[in-house]
Amino acid sequence: MKIEDLEKKFQDRIDAGEKIEPKDWMPEKYRKTHIRQISQHAHSEIVGMLPEGNWVTRTPTLRRKVGLLAKVQDEAGHGLYLYSAAETLGISRDEMFRQLHTGKAKYSSIFNYPTMTWADIGTIGWLVDGAAIINQVMLTRTSFGPYARAMVRICKEESFHQRQGFEMILTLCNGTAIQKEMAQDALNRWWWPSLMMFGPRDEESPNTEQSVKWKIKRKTNDELRQQFIDITVEQAKVAGLTIPDPDLKWNEERGHHDFGAIDWSEFWRVVKGNGPLNKERLKARNDAWDNGEWVRDAAMAHSEKQAQKEELKKAV
Amino acid sequence: MSNQEFPIWEVFIRSKNGLEHRHVGSLHATDATMAMENARDVYTRREEGVSIWVVESKNITASNPENQGELFEPAKDKAYRHPTFYELPIELKHM
Ligand SMILES: [Fe+2]
Ligand SMILES: [Fe+2]
Repeated sequence: MKIEDLEKKFQDRIDAGEKIEPKDWMPEKYRKTHIRQISQHAHSEIVGMLPEGNWVTRTPTLRRKVGLLAKVQDEAGHGLYLYSAAETLGISRDEMFRQLHTGKAKYSSIFNYPTMTWADIGTIGWLVDGAAIINQVMLTRTSFGPYARAMVRICKEESFHQRQGFEMILTLCNGTAIQKEMAQDALNRWWWPSLMMFGPRDEESPNTEQSVKWKIKRKTNDELRQQFIDITVEQAKVAGLTIPDPDLKWNEERGHHDFGAIDWSEFWRVVKGNGPLNKERLKARNDAWDNGEWVRDAAMAHSEKQAQKEELKKAV
Repeated sequence: MSNQEFPIWEVFIRSKNGLEHRHVGSLHATDATMAMENARDVYTRREEGVSIWVVESKNITASNPENQGELFEPAKDKAYRHPTFYELPIELKHM
């Protein structure tokens, strides 16, 4: 079959709502886009453990510690589900790690911001996981089977992440004036970076059209961002916090909230590697990989020895 | 020997007795023991299973989507394998 015919058949399958599985024929660009998107999503889960891991030893109570530990462990799991999904497309796990460690592959820029106070941990659960959920719920219906299945599993786990974060924030808001101030300060710092998590505006997002056509994305960046804002405004009200945007107001006509201009120069600065913690995050991942080398070697040597022992037993 | 990637294993989980094992995903491990332990940690953190199978991926033979036609099409025109193919009177209540 000619390539155009194959491509047409492929698009027909997508239009009919069929899922694409790893061994099916697919356009090279579909494969490449997925490898890039899924691996970067996996990297985000893995790097995303660092800001919160920073507070695991300093939680105010044991209840918070078990919750936070379980959440961080989930994020490791999410990374693993996603790495396996990407591997079905023919890229190796080590190659993906190499791309992360050399800075070739990106991860979500939000994780390049520091977690300075305990309120930051609550805010991450509330806003960062909240934004991730909106994106991930959409992705449960994405056209590539292994990615969609990983997303279903991930979404089931995410809702606890957001709830534990929002509960932390509510606790602070119902505490002393200083505690409430801490929650407000964290919201002030995380609000705009959270909005940037959905990516550039639609008109500056040249891949969106193709992604929508292939049903990789089913909503545009701006649609998702708007959805997030509308939901979060109500949550902030419940907590009694003020969203740091003087232009934020309900637009009856649109049925959505209007909001102020996002500082895209900050977004691009962080994406390009010049955020507050880009270098530290990359170093932490590289150190973990390098310092783990002897463990990986030992595990491999141990298994080989066990296998030899088995052989010997059989021979006797 | 460093930088040698651990083999890939496929993981199957029985969510409760009475149900079959279902494929849930894959992972890397040096051997079956590690694959089992990793499967427990990665895929059953919330009581998702009562039994786990792990199989090294290289031991699975999969059908090729390109042979879809020859494999599955012959079953398409065999409606007579389904109960609805057979016409029975409406008065017949149970069958
Ligand atoms: Fe996650
Ligand atoms: Fe999460």
